[in-house]
Amino acid sequence: MKFSLHHRLHLVAACAALLLVASCRTADTGTTVVTFWGLGAEGEKVKALIPEFERLHPDITVRVQQIPWTGAHEKLLTSYAGNSSPDICQLGNTWVPEFALLHALEDLSPWVARSAAIRTTDYFPGILATNVIDSLLYGIPWYVDTRVLFYRSDILARAGYPGGPRTWRELRAACETIVSNKYAQYGIFMPTTEWAPPVIFGVQNGSTLLKNNGTEGDFSGPAFRDAFRFYIGLFDDKVGLSTATDVSNVFQSFSEGYFAMYITGPWNIDEFKRRLPAAMQDKWMTAPLPSPDSVYPGASLAGGASLVMFRSSKHKDAAWKFIEYLSDKSVQTEFYHVTGNLPAVREAWRDTSLANNVYARAFFTQFERVVPTPKVPEWEQIAMKMQDYAEAAAKKTMTPDRAMEAFDGDVYRILEKRRWMIDKRKHE
Amino acid sequence: MTTMRESLRRQMLTAYLFLFPALSTLFVFFFLPVIAALLLSLTDFDIYSLADFGNARFVGLKNYVDLFNDPLFWKALKNTLYFVAVGGPLSVVTSLGAALLVNSRTVKFKGLFRSVYFLPVVTTLVAVSIVWRFLYHPRYGMLNYLLSLVGIDRIDWLGDPVWAMPAIILLAVWKNFGYNMIIFIAGLQNIPEYLYEAARLDGASARQQFTMITVPMLAPTTFFVAIITMIGYFQLFAEPYVMTDGGPLQSTMSVVLMMYKTGFKWWNMGYSAAVAFALFAIIAGATIIQMKLQKQSHE
Amino acid sequence: MRIVSRIFLYAVLILVAISTLAPVVWMVSASFMPAGEAAQYPPSFFPRHVTLEHYTALFTRLNLAKYALNSAVLSTLITAVSLFVNSMAGYAFAKYRFAGREKIFRLLITSMVVPAQITMLPLFLMMNKLGLVNTYWGLVIPGMASIFGIFLIRQYALSIPDSLIEAARMDGATDFEIYWRIILPLCKPILVTLAIFTFMGTWNDFLWPLIIMTDDSMYTLPVALNNLMGEHTLDVELMMAGSVLTILPVMIVFVVMQKYYIEGIMMGSVKG
Repeated sequence: MKFSLHHRLHLVAACAALLLVASCRTADTGTTVVTFWGLGAEGEKVKALIPEFERLHPDITVRVQQIPWTGAHEKLLTSYAGNSSPDICQLGNTWVPEFALLHALEDLSPWVARSAAIRTTDYFPGILATNVIDSLLYGIPWYVDTRVLFYRSDILARAGYPGGPRTWRELRAACETIVSNKYAQYGIFMPTTEWAPPVIFGVQNGSTLLKNNGTEGDFSGPAFRDAFRFYIGLFDDKVGLSTATDVSNVFQSFSEGYFAMYITGPWNIDEFKRRLPAAMQDKWMTAPLPSPDSVYPGASLAGGASLVMFRSSKHKDAAWKFIEYLSDKSVQTEFYHVTGNLPAVREAWRDTSLANNVYARAFFTQFERVVPTPKVPEWEQIAMKMQDYAEAAAKKTMTPDRAMEAFDGDVYRILEKRRWMIDKRKHE
Repeated sequence: MTTMRESLRRQMLTAYLFLFPALSTLFVFFFLPVIAALLLSLTDFDIYSLADFGNARFVGLKNYVDLFNDPLFWKALKNTLYFVAVGGPLSVVTSLGAALLVNSRTVKFKGLFRSVYFLPVVTTLVAVSIVWRFLYHPRYGMLNYLLSLVGIDRIDWLGDPVWAMPAIILLAVWKNFGYNMIIFIAGLQNIPEYLYEAARLDGASARQQFTMITVPMLAPTTFFVAIITMIGYFQLFAEPYVMTDGGPLQSTMSVVLMMYKTGFKWWNMGYSAAVAFALFAIIAGATIIQMKLQKQSHE
Repeated sequence: MRIVSRIFLYAVLILVAISTLAPVVWMVSASFMPAGEAAQYPPSFFPRHVTLEHYTALFTRLNLAKYALNSAVLSTLITAVSLFVNSMAGYAFAKYRFAGREKIFRLLITSMVVPAQITMLPLFLMMNKLGLVNTYWGLVIPGMASIFGIFLIRQYALSIPDSLIEAARMDGATDFEIYWRIILPLCKPILVTLAIFTFMGTWNDFLWPLIIMTDDSMYTLPVALNNLMGEHTLDVELMMAGSVLTILPVMIVFVVMQKYYIEGIMMGSVKG
């Protein structure tokens, strides 16, 4: 039997049609899916930025997964161990060293070198530095944060510090005035479940936190010890509040006058605007942190989150496009609008709504003086331990000095493996 | 003779076939990991080893020595023992009391009361932990409100290191007493009625009947309940994980929670495995002691 | 005097019942309150305005249906598989004679004391090597066999008369047929009990799913609920609605099947 030409043509056409359909299919369902893990509220809010990206890049679909901050660390580690890391993740910049050490993260320097959209000079140098480890760039700053003082302007004005205290001495005096005159129950709220306040006081006082190339703690050293004494002293004299459970709702307690000052970050600007009652809206303000000496403001911590790409990603080009998109000036501005997170790209600060935001001004000033936390993978673990000792000292089960000595002992143990690794590398 | 042996062999083979799925699963996914955990506890497997297995070192018993010197471990152990020693008996007594109440001859709607008391047992621990977290709230919680009605001052249940563990015990008793109550009811129903009748004929009071008949007849049940409660309570985890994360002041840090945190949060797997084995040794020891005591009291 | 003591008895019974139910009732009640009402002083026990907004939010914005589906599929799957596996083993222990029977059984019973948490770390590394992290199988496979289940079935199967099995064998039934056609139907009450136990245990399980499921689309309800708690600490009413939805299915199973369930506990204890 023999096919006629006619038949053959039909066959070819059918094959071609089939191929076409098949290729259409891959183009259709085969859009590259990029998974993005967002932590906390950002994980939910970033979703608003996705449609525009997908419109610009019809061949890429972004799948966002929201991870709560509380379980984020174990989540990221187990997913790394289980080979189920996302393509891109939002990473608190204190976590960058840890994941860089695991070789989990892609070195982004070559990507930046090739990119027209991202220039390292667009970023605050202090913040960018938190992403650089051994001169490799592991993350692109997404949003920046640091801590400043949020305060009840009416109460602080009555106490004689309408612009907020500028030195430690003034901070303490303000707290005492507030409490003794019953302007508020407590002067300042510094829950021991937050390690930032004692660490901030420490770096303000000149402590490097760790010493000997990050292999030992320096918390019982004079700089940190004195700062810690100052911090605990506020609780001892009942002008500061250290128990977080007393305050189920920070916003409510703040407006009820349970406390008058709170050291916190930019994410709370919007929360305060939204959650404080209307009558309270002209009664709060932000100020840069007080300083132990005359140089105002005192230092704060370089915080924020970076966008990192996992080395295991199979869609690095698409993932990078998403990172570029999120780093775009206008997207950064929009991200600020939906989240209240301060943009990492300086250009985006020119946006009028940000420039006119009175609460953001303190942050402008504060970013002049931010210090990174030690870039060792163990830092987070050390910081968590700090909370335990802050709590112990605040509850007077230990003296501040004894707590810091014990803390250094713990830190020494935590860093044992690091010392061994450094030794090993020396011998290699 | 041969057919007999043949049939025995066939029986054996069939039995092994029946057993194979269960025993192989248990071997691979239970016994093997137990052995592996023991080996893991002799290494310093940690986050550096996660990057490169070559960074794990065999350290012998170092983890156990460190554990012995780790104040956090002693703290966790102390908390867990507190939970077992106070929560355990309290649970058992509550269960027994509830069983006696529900089982008393004159009560109607036995089934209803039994079901109501049992209800917390079937609830999801994570969910009720969340519920109780709010009930315990120092300012808006229902519990403090009710206490304030009888003039008791505000208690910071989960924020005060003195009260946090009692708060968790209260939740655990509420959640668990129904289970043991059922076992006690079964035990009570197994006591022959004629014993009570005979006692009544002898003029025994209700109290005498309880101490002379109920208590001794219920001893095996009580023993069983005590053992399973103890073993279960040693494994305290979800309540503090959801409600307090081990705080305040580590006052609710349990051994299993410590194991979880060192293992999965900080990825100190070797050390974490040592914590797990220390717990196992303690549970085994406590069980043996309890069994010995039981035997002695029988002799 | 009699009447007084009886009133006292009922008073205690009812008091205990109220304190047992109160947390559950409050949970349900608070789940219908508008946002903020449950965090007021004095606390309100019943909602002033009933609202379904939290339930709507859970199902629309927070994907609760997906987690419920995961829980339902996993619990059903594990229950079905483990019933089969455990009943075979329990039957073999009860009715077959083979070398090492007593030794193996004793080993199993003793190892019930081993806390499951010990196995978790190596099991995770193992599941990781097998590529089962973040899959249903990672939860199902370790749950396939349970010592408690084998024990429960064995105790029950012991009471089945050997003559029944012998008679079937005379009729030419194979061993599997005997197990499938005779033993399983006879064991129905204990199988139901074990099924409820396993279903509830899996539904309520927290630690292992928390570890093994790394992707949120794979979460079970308790893990998702705990996750939600991290983000919505202040949203009491929303959390209560989530708790209600997590507890409700097991509660229904309990209410419908309580006779079997409670009998199962009694059986497990008295014969043990």
